Amino acid sequence: MEDNKKVLAKKFYEVMYRMRRFEEEVFEFYKKGMMPGLAHLYLGEEAIATGACAALDKNDYIASTHRGHGHLVGRGADLNKMMAEILGKKDGYSKGKGGSMHIMALDKGILGANGIVGGGIPIATGAAYKSKYKESGEVTIAFFGDSASNQGTFHESINMASAWDLPIIYIIENNCFGISVDIRKVTKEHQLSKRSVGYGIEGVTINGNDVFEVYETVSKAVEKARKGGGPTLIECKTYRWQGHHVGDPATYRDKKELETWKAKDPIKNLLKLELIDEREINEIEEKVENEIKEAVKFAEDSPYAEIEEAYTDVFVD
Amino acid sequence: MRNIMYRDAILEALDEEMARDENVFVMGEDVGTIGGNFKCTAGLLEKYGDLRVKDTPISESGFVGLGIGAAITGLRPVVELMFGDFMMVAMDQICNQAAKITYMSGGQVRVPMVIRMPIGGGRSSAAQHSQSFYAWAAHCPGLKVVVPSTAAEAKGLLKTAIRDNNPVLFFEHKMLYTEKFDLTSDEDYTIPFGQARIVNEGDDITIVATSMMLVKTEKVVKKLKQEGINVELIDPRTLVPFDKETIIKSVEKTGKLLIIDEGHKSYGISGEITMKIMDDIFYSLDAPVKRLGTADVPLPFSPALEFPLIPDEKDIEKAIREMI
Repeated sequence: MEDNKKVLAKKFYEVMYRMRRFEEEVFEFYKKGMMPGLAHLYLGEEAIATGACAALDKNDYIASTHRGHGHLVGRGADLNKMMAEILGKKDGYSKGKGGSMHIMALDKGILGANGIVGGGIPIATGAAYKSKYKESGEVTIAFFGDSASNQGTFHESINMASAWDLPIIYIIENNCFGISVDIRKVTKEHQLSKRSVGYGIEGVTINGNDVFEVYETVSKAVEKARKGGGPTLIECKTYRWQGHHVGDPATYRDKKELETWKAKDPIKNLLKLELIDEREINEIEEKVENEIKEAVKFAEDSPYAEIEEAYTDVFVD
Repeated sequence: MRNIMYRDAILEALDEEMARDENVFVMGEDVGTIGGNFKCTAGLLEKYGDLRVKDTPISESGFVGLGIGAAITGLRPVVELMFGDFMMVAMDQICNQAAKITYMSGGQVRVPMVIRMPIGGGRSSAAQHSQSFYAWAAHCPGLKVVVPSTAAEAKGLLKTAIRDNNPVLFFEHKMLYTEKFDLTSDEDYTIPFGQARIVNEGDDITIVATSMMLVKTEKVVKKLKQEGINVELIDPRTLVPFDKETIIKSVEKTGKLLIIDEGHKSYGISGEITMKIMDDIFYSLDAPVKRLGTADVPLPFSPALEFPLIPDEKDIEKAIREMI
């Protein structure tokens, strides 16, 4: 058991470190003016996507959000293609037509990041419907933020999934803010997992900065869903370290609150458990640094697509 | 040769495609137990079971989105919206999601999905159950748009829609559901998208009419034929993709073009069709292009107010006579 925990800890550290370094480099690209548009960084929330994706099998599905890089990294998406897409380059996942908010990788079961808050929740529910329809055994995770839980699509989807026992886990990443609006100002009940009661399913609120807690909770929900037990709503409490997007100074937030949450850094939390030794940490970091370096170079070197590309993929044959 | 109702042609298309491909399923409000508000799915629940004929909650955004997710993971959903007016409730899922996923994924992902819905006035259903808003869909790149006018069109085009790998919005006219039409073939047939049908050949004037307006116009055309007025009547059948060539060729012959469409006149299909072909027909025209459409007001409830706003056979006949 203890050995297994060590193996998991190493795996979790590697994935979280990869997410963090990836986002830091995205931020660098933005600061250097090399990134068109914007990106919404996952910094500080790494434990959720890491723990949740680790609970899935190869054939399972995830649906992501505008703050999606972490989910994609967690699901094993190709870093080179991701970074190239974020820079709008030809070798990106969508040849530069999607960008940061629309990275899809169906070969990894990634149904897509999504630029509309709450827009991916019914789509994820449809993937779960397919799994039930085909008896193909996959489980789907729909990731979304606290603010998406106030969209109609959340309620409509979770209601259908509950009514029909679909194999799906709804994960609310409660990072406290919808752009500048504190979720606590626009909802009466701040424990968002309680919404599960209205749909007759299990709901739980957990520490989203504890990767083991996320992993264990999601694993149980996945097992239940795979056995036909229907959906679970999991609220992961966390905090985004940056503003809504790169370049948002987030002056609307209380600095003390930010500092409190930064002290609860999910990566430091994991290291505090002392399950990974110094040598292992160095090995992991070196491996990831190389991957990141390669992704940055790949993205920089990739050309932009020719204008003809804009006219393709509107329809498929 | 058979004489069947438009709604039964739709039902036949669904039944045949569901029998042919186990990935095809229907879902929507009341499609199961009662076989659809307009009876287009009658008997399918008994035949194919609950997962393939799914009664949904009243959550248009939710179940249209669910259809998208099912489509991108391998199924072929045919989602029914009880009224075309409810399309607007699901507009984010239709326009921001379904229409764009293939493009935004760089062609990795297909969305083989059909959304069927009834359109049109004439039933005293008032402003939220009578609209013909296919122009909205046609304006959004990434959606195919179909407007079947007869039972034969409804069946052949729906089968094509179900086999298409793109999102197809299929607009059925509610006043046609119980109309009977001749169906020349009992066999499995499809009608390709982007091919207009010349309903009647003639030299005096070209009329392009969609959906219910085509059916109304055909009656007028038959009447005028007895007087020696020969109308070339064209049904575009699909708005996206759109067959310009058939119309251009016809106007080159007749020199006159009248477009009749039940959508509101402003910013709609008739203006768009005119401009799509204007460069090609300008020097062939003997008269300005004319159009008939529904007045630019929400459709009122009372028949006394509603009916005069929608072009009828008298309006169509008058417009033709003015142009001849």
